[in-house]
Amino acid sequence: MASTIFVLYLAMGQPESAVYNGLFWMIQLFVCINAVAKSFMQESKGRMLYFYTITSPVHFIIAKLIYSSVIMLLMVLVSLILFWILLGNPIMNPFQFIGIACLGGLSLSLVFTLMSAIAAKAHQNAAIMAILGFPLIIPQLLLLIRLSKSAFGEVFRDGAIMQITMLLIGLDVLVVVLSIVLFPFLWKD
Amino acid sequence: MNRSVFIRRISGKSLILHHKNLFMKLKWWKILCMVFLFLTVTAGFLIHVPMVGNLHQSIRNFFFHVPMWFGQMGLLSLSLVYSIAYLRTQNLRYDIYASELAKTGIIFGLLGLATGSIWAKYTWGEFWSNDPKQIAAAIAVLIYLAYLVLRGSMTDMDKRARVTAVYNIFAYFIYIPLIMILPRMVQSLHPGGMEGAKGGGNPALGGGSLDATMEMIFWPAVFGWLLLGIWISSLKIRLSLLANKNVIHE
Repeated sequence: MASTIFVLYLAMGQPESAVYNGLFWMIQLFVCINAVAKSFMQESKGRMLYFYTITSPVHFIIAKLIYSSVIMLLMVLVSLILFWILLGNPIMNPFQFIGIACLGGLSLSLVFTLMSAIAAKAHQNAAIMAILGFPLIIPQLLLLIRLSKSAFGEVFRDGAIMQITMLLIGLDVLVVVLSIVLFPFLWKD
Repeated sequence: MNRSVFIRRISGKSLILHHKNLFMKLKWWKILCMVFLFLTVTAGFLIHVPMVGNLHQSIRNFFFHVPMWFGQMGLLSLSLVYSIAYLRTQNLRYDIYASELAKTGIIFGLLGLATGSIWAKYTWGEFWSNDPKQIAAAIAVLIYLAYLVLRGSMTDMDKRARVTAVYNIFAYFIYIPLIMILPRMVQSLHPGGMEGAKGGGNPALGGGSLDATMEMIFWPAVFGWLLLGIWISSLKIRLSLLANKNVIHE
């Protein structure tokens, strides 16, 4: 991740806000796919069987979700710092951006956790996970990009920020609930 | 018993369905479907339409474009129902239903995008104007194409059925907010978007503000296209069930 950001810096110098925004979220997407893919792909069959015998699927998926969220939040913070150092700081409202970035990282990791659970059943193919996850994450990404524009100083109509944030949180809750409901079906293997 | 049935539609669009050695189960709804679609393609082009904004005659696309989307939503909802049914009963038959319905749903989605783009060319100026609803619709097609990719990547039938059912359910519940909520929240060229949309916004063509003559054609068109989708899916399902006869016992 650090090397990617560094390469970006070498390529683009210090971009202005729109490009910065876009780049940031693309990096987050890339980081999320890699980080979360590792969490499920690495589990060998033997270990999965062990987990199967000792714990219930609901606990397992909640644990995975929490784990991916924490990892992703860490990655988000690290990349924020790297971005700040290397690519300059056109952010008007840093706390808002940090908050949005954390929310975004959370959303991404939740969706990709379930996708990697599905992909793990499909012969452990990392490409499959990306194919599955990408269309599903686009709406949230679009919302996030739109929302983070506000941290760069763009004026929004009243209540829009709250509305979009609520929508994102709502989507996250939806994803978590769906994961918890659907994962037991994947578990029966 | 072999029956060959010849159905031909005239005027405007001609569609010849010729079944030889394939027994078309003559159901009431298939006849209804044909009647409705016949009505759509003939009367749809002949009736008087109100002059709304800059739409002129292209408003007739309303009988094709919107029903395509209603049909797609219906088909994908049915696909969802069968996916859930599969997860509850482990009956492979439901898995086949779900996948064929999803495939037809994708086709309808592509048709909806195509009719929408053609309409857009004449009213908004270009085929693809990055309108939120267009983008959401394209994403929906992508989501269900990923569903097909997932199906293709697995060979074990039970596992495939289970995993793709899970994905189908998940995808549907992401799809609904996407297509229903997002376009209303942002500025959009489609009717129903916020004001101040680039292009000046379009007069709303939904529900109450629909002209009575158009409505007479519109609702039959909706049901006609939906029934056609179901008909196509049912044919594919029958084919699929035959192909997998040895695995489906129930």
